[in-house]
Amino acid sequence: MKNVSKDYNGNPVLKDVNFTLKAGEVLGLVGENGAGKSTLMNILFGMDVIHETGGYGGKVLIDGKEVKFASPLDALKAGIGMVHQEFSLLPGFTAAENIVLNREPENKSVLSLVFGKRANTIDRKALQKKAIEAITKLGVSLDPNMLVSEMPVGHKQFTEISREISKSSIRLLVLDEPTAVLSEKEAEMLLKAIRNLSAQGISVIFITHRLQEIIDVCNKVLVMRDGKIISELDAKKTSISEMARLMVGREVGGPQVRTEEIRPLSDKIVLSIKNLWVDMPGETVRNVNLDVHQGEFLGIGGLAGQGKIGIPNGIMGLYPAGGKVELNGKAIALNNPRACLDSSLAFVSEDRRGVGLLLDESLEWNVAFTAMQIQNKFLKQYLGGLIKWRDQAAIEEVTNKYIKQLQIKCTSSKQKAKELSGGNQQKICLAKSFALQPKLLFVSEPTRGIDIGAKALVLQALKEYNRKNGVTIVMISSELEELRQCCDRIAIVTDGAVSGILPATTPSEDFGMLMVGKTGKEAM
Amino acid sequence: MKKTVTNKDVRNFLANNIVPIIFVVICLICIPIAGYSGQYLVGQIITRIMRNSFLVLSLLIPIMAGMGLNFGMTLGAMAGQIGIIFITAWNVVGIPGLLLAAIIATPIAVLLGWFCGKMLNMARGREMITSYMISFFMNGVYQLVVLYGMGPVIPIHSDQVILPRGYGVRNTIDLINVRQSVDSYWQITIGGVNIPILTIILIALLCVVIVWFRKTKLGQDMRAVGQDLEVAKEAGIKVDRTRILAIIISTVFAAYGMILYLSNMGTLNTYNSHSQIGMFSIAALLVGGASVSKASIKNVFLGIILFHLMFILTPQAGRELMGQAQIGEYFRVFVSYGVITLALVLYEIRTRREKAESAKQLADMQKEGARA
Repeated sequence: MKNVSKDYNGNPVLKDVNFTLKAGEVLGLVGENGAGKSTLMNILFGMDVIHETGGYGGKVLIDGKEVKFASPLDALKAGIGMVHQEFSLLPGFTAAENIVLNREPENKSVLSLVFGKRANTIDRKALQKKAIEAITKLGVSLDPNMLVSEMPVGHKQFTEISREISKSSIRLLVLDEPTAVLSEKEAEMLLKAIRNLSAQGISVIFITHRLQEIIDVCNKVLVMRDGKIISELDAKKTSISEMARLMVGREVGGPQVRTEEIRPLSDKIVLSIKNLWVDMPGETVRNVNLDVHQGEFLGIGGLAGQGKIGIPNGIMGLYPAGGKVELNGKAIALNNPRACLDSSLAFVSEDRRGVGLLLDESLEWNVAFTAMQIQNKFLKQYLGGLIKWRDQAAIEEVTNKYIKQLQIKCTSSKQKAKELSGGNQQKICLAKSFALQPKLLFVSEPTRGIDIGAKALVLQALKEYNRKNGVTIVMISSELEELRQCCDRIAIVTDGAVSGILPATTPSEDFGMLMVGKTGKEAM
Repeated sequence: MKKTVTNKDVRNFLANNIVPIIFVVICLICIPIAGYSGQYLVGQIITRIMRNSFLVLSLLIPIMAGMGLNFGMTLGAMAGQIGIIFITAWNVVGIPGLLLAAIIATPIAVLLGWFCGKMLNMARGREMITSYMISFFMNGVYQLVVLYGMGPVIPIHSDQVILPRGYGVRNTIDLINVRQSVDSYWQITIGGVNIPILTIILIALLCVVIVWFRKTKLGQDMRAVGQDLEVAKEAGIKVDRTRILAIIISTVFAAYGMILYLSNMGTLNTYNSHSQIGMFSIAALLVGGASVSKASIKNVFLGIILFHLMFILTPQAGRELMGQAQIGEYFRVFVSYGVITLALVLYEIRTRREKAESAKQLADMQKEGARA
């Protein structure tokens, strides 16, 4: 790839990316979320997103010839296969059926002369053979007759890769975080399989957050940050700490500098989480133990997909969860959103359009709705509570208060939520949870997808709410700098468990080490 | 591993087969009350199987393609009826008459099926309710054609078919020309029960076709599409086309099924037969233990036997108990609607339960993994 660049609506996300890949070479690609890895792969794969947003600059060369893929199918024809993070397998089909899906060998039959080619019956034996061939090529043990729905995750992953390599022209395989969902043993098998492929002359681009794997299996490593390739390293000569530093390292003297001192922690523990697991797709929490102290501002960071977002979603009962969660020493029933809200927990979801807001309703409604439902606020009661009427005046007042306080840009409190910009919608979400007057507030990815100005305001509002009202806040964010700006302590979640908790003033390299799976002690 | 039957297995078996079990119980209770002879019941059931199985079998393919119960089979039934109306008017008798009816019905069924499939592709995820509504809508069109079109526009001038006023088809048509012509073509009698061999051969043939169809490329594609549209599309399967084909095949089979059904009945109820038959066929399939997403040939036959056994028994049981056959009539209509509702609800509950269970399993597995 030469001088590849790409921007979304004028926001450059890739700048001047160059790299080459030889046949049979394994290339590791690492970088934080938003570093541009996925965009780069999308360009290579000719995904629709790229065309819809105005194409890309630079050239992609295969065998010295320039190619421009109009769709993923073109890329497939040129021998590029990609295994995405989410499985795309048919649960009711066997491994073999999935591997050769839509490329099934057929028996010619007379009937096909009448009804066309699709009336050919499928040659089960040849199908089996073809699938076993692919599995052997990969060098893993996989039962071709097993139904996908009954497979462990690792086998699903192998099925998916086998499908890609059973395509006859395959020459380059892109694996997007294939080990994220695997157990250690399965991951080892996969790494072995990658080596097998490379020995057979198939090139592999391997995206992962587990840096040890890169060292184990890759020839070359590209470290990306902010849409640029920061450095190209020889995997044999580099080390985990070098890569981690390059990944998270920011230019010194950037705009985000923490000015505040760390406050001392209160002794009182408000929320205690023990052995929490949450089944949230893509954000599985495996075993989290965490104590939140009274009045603190706790940050939870970590790379995408490691489970940080699963924690509040599990506690608030939005996804199936288990384990023990205690608020002020009292256990909270999991899988029951109402119970959580009743016990003065509040949650600002990362999915503000889906979970957070009633898009077609006015701002007033959005701010007051949950409080009205849960705490009977903003209601006038008649006949001893038999009839409840909305207290319109009180609702308006409180909404206007928050509009002023959070500097929400809107025409009036009657405006519909969907008409606001992303940043202002986020502020409405905050106002909604403030209106509940919670003792403990979870905020998940509050700054996702909003511009810098709004970001600063949202963070400021949270910080003030924490400092002035003494409300304990747990903020989950992918942006480490943001956490370092306003939190007291930051916990890093890796592989569905807390890998370490450090004071916010710790240098970001140490957090980087935690993110890539080193325990707290090793990082210090 | 040794298999042991645990309480949980029993509970699962009950939960998964609740509908057929309810029907077995109802039938067992009604048999002694109604007091029919065994010979009579067996004879009746064989007749019903001959009459209905073709129709019920036509429902299997859309289920395979993940489109749920095809309430749109009513469209096929309409096509079949139009074929029957023509041959009655033209006075073509016997098996050649039925063949001609099938030839007339096929293009109409293909056209209606294509239209229905197109619509269902636009209403993805809500196929069942949409096909149900389409059948109501097309019922109106059918009535317009049959009531006003036949006579002045479509030249049919048979006193047997057309109303005395000169246009429009009679409410009921006597199908004396083709009555039982397939059944009596080759019939043997065992123990006082008539067994129509040719009809059995036809039905067996259709079963073989369906089994064969599952093995074809198209059948495999349909199963893939039925499980996950997106994955199938990514693999390059033409999803929309495959779904339309599923509906067309189903509609054509339904048309043939209707022709067989009518020839067995011997009368055509011009304005009612088709809408009733859709409901009863779907109910029979569900009684056989099928669900919205899974149905087999076994479900078809078990369902027809149980559902129609109840049909035969309840009026008589009603007369014996209450002195009124009407009660039984009433009973069987509400039961067929009830069964459909129950099956739809159970399906949802079961999917949700399975999802929750697998989620828990996954989480447990991962917890183990984290501990290890």
